[in-house]
Amino acid sequence: MDERARPYRAAARSTAIVAKVHRTVDEDGVRDVPMADSKDERRPAGELEASVMAALWAADGPQTPGQVQLSLGADLARTTVTTILSRLHEKGVVDRHRQGRGYAYVPVQDAQGLTARRMHTELDRDSDRETVLARFVAQLSADDERVLRDLLEPGER
Amino acid sequence: MTALLLLPLLLPIAMPALARRALDRLAPADALWVITVSAVVLAGCSLAALGAFVLTGLLKLPVFAALGELVHPLRTASDLLVVPLAATSVGGLAVCAWTLARSVLRQLRAFRTARTEAGHGPAAGDLCVVDSPRPDAYALPGRPHRIVVTTAMLRSLDAAEREALFAHERAHNEAGHHFFLAAAELAAHCHPALRPVRETIRLAAERAADEAAAGAVGDRRLTARAIARAALAGQSARSARPDFAPAATTGPVPRRVQALLSGPHVPRRAVPWITVLLVGCTAVSCVAAGTGMIDFHHRVEVAQGDESR
Repeated sequence: MDERARPYRAAARSTAIVAKVHRTVDEDGVRDVPMADSKDERRPAGELEASVMAALWAADGPQTPGQVQLSLGADLARTTVTTILSRLHEKGVVDRHRQGRGYAYVPVQDAQGLTARRMHTELDRDSDRETVLARFVAQLSADDERVLRDLLEPGER
Repeated sequence: MTALLLLPLLLPIAMPALARRALDRLAPADALWVITVSAVVLAGCSLAALGAFVLTGLLKLPVFAALGELVHPLRTASDLLVVPLAATSVGGLAVCAWTLARSVLRQLRAFRTARTEAGHGPAAGDLCVVDSPRPDAYALPGRPHRIVVTTAMLRSLDAAEREALFAHERAHNEAGHHFFLAAAELAAHCHPALRPVRETIRLAAERAADEAAAGAVGDRRLTARAIARAALAGQSARSARPDFAPAATTGPVPRRVQALLSGPHVPRRAVPWITVLLVGCTAVSCVAAGTGMIDFHHRVEVAQGDESR
């Protein structure tokens, strides 16, 4: 195995499911040999999957691995992105169709997403859902909004 | 005895100011620990004091005095003081028990819902995406831990900002912040003065996660921008709806952004005085409650004729 690919592969092997998917991908002839040995390559496989999935959801239409790599703006090799996308497809959380020589991927609102949405509405009903969930941002007052806009750089407004 | 047992009931009044100061002076993760532990201990001591007052009042009643096998009348401060105090304590304890039970049930239900729903099926790493037009994101403790983000939130941030958001939520899960929030919630129901402390603990948890996220992505400004953008995006999505009455004071989000922009926390002393003050306050409360209880126990034994005074 390529010496530099080891950290990423070690992380990928951490769960049985991921390992199985990994093998399938290799049999397809899609080699996972990252070009850059950056901090992004060393992150746990789960975190990379989350980032790629987020990029797919944030995009408007189907995305090719190249587009995902661009939108992530991270030091991820395209082969790594391709591998992650294939793995997400194996799990059934993204859909893909042929586009040129490769595939374009779109996220699917799968059972996981549906249960999450049910839970979301369920928790929304509870007036004090904040007690158990640490939310990223709370509601802003008019003053808060002004202060925040002042704090952000002028270009960010 | 009465004076000693009044102390644990009065000390929590100083807690909101001390907690706010602690959050300003300490590193957020340290502040979170010190404030939460102090709040929980103070809450416990005040409950113990209330319990002692109720028992004292009950033993004044002939029925309970007979039940407690008292042969002498219980020696306490004047009945004019003890009886109203006991009556108030009964009311206070009843309210506490009611709101505590309700809160515990609600939180357990929410945790259970979260656990069962998030544990199913495959996911992209720990990310759980909810297709919703409202920007929202939160950490979902459970097995395994999940982070839940709406599509609107993902679309209002760029790739780097999303990484900061994920790092923030992962920090919540890894540090077990939901335990602190639950403890804060319980303490808030035990003593009315501990109610504002709940907000301070919540802010401390967010600040701790912010700092962890800034460390993980290696960029404080980026993390601050992610928080500010997410908050403003949520605001513009809400403007179509009837808004609630805005708070008069500056809320937690600008404080978090400001803290990130103003650079990392540098402790000036090994043990800041605010820590000493908080720990001291908690210790005094413990000692007062403990001594009061021992004294009460002794008086009951005297009244039972087991011990001479």
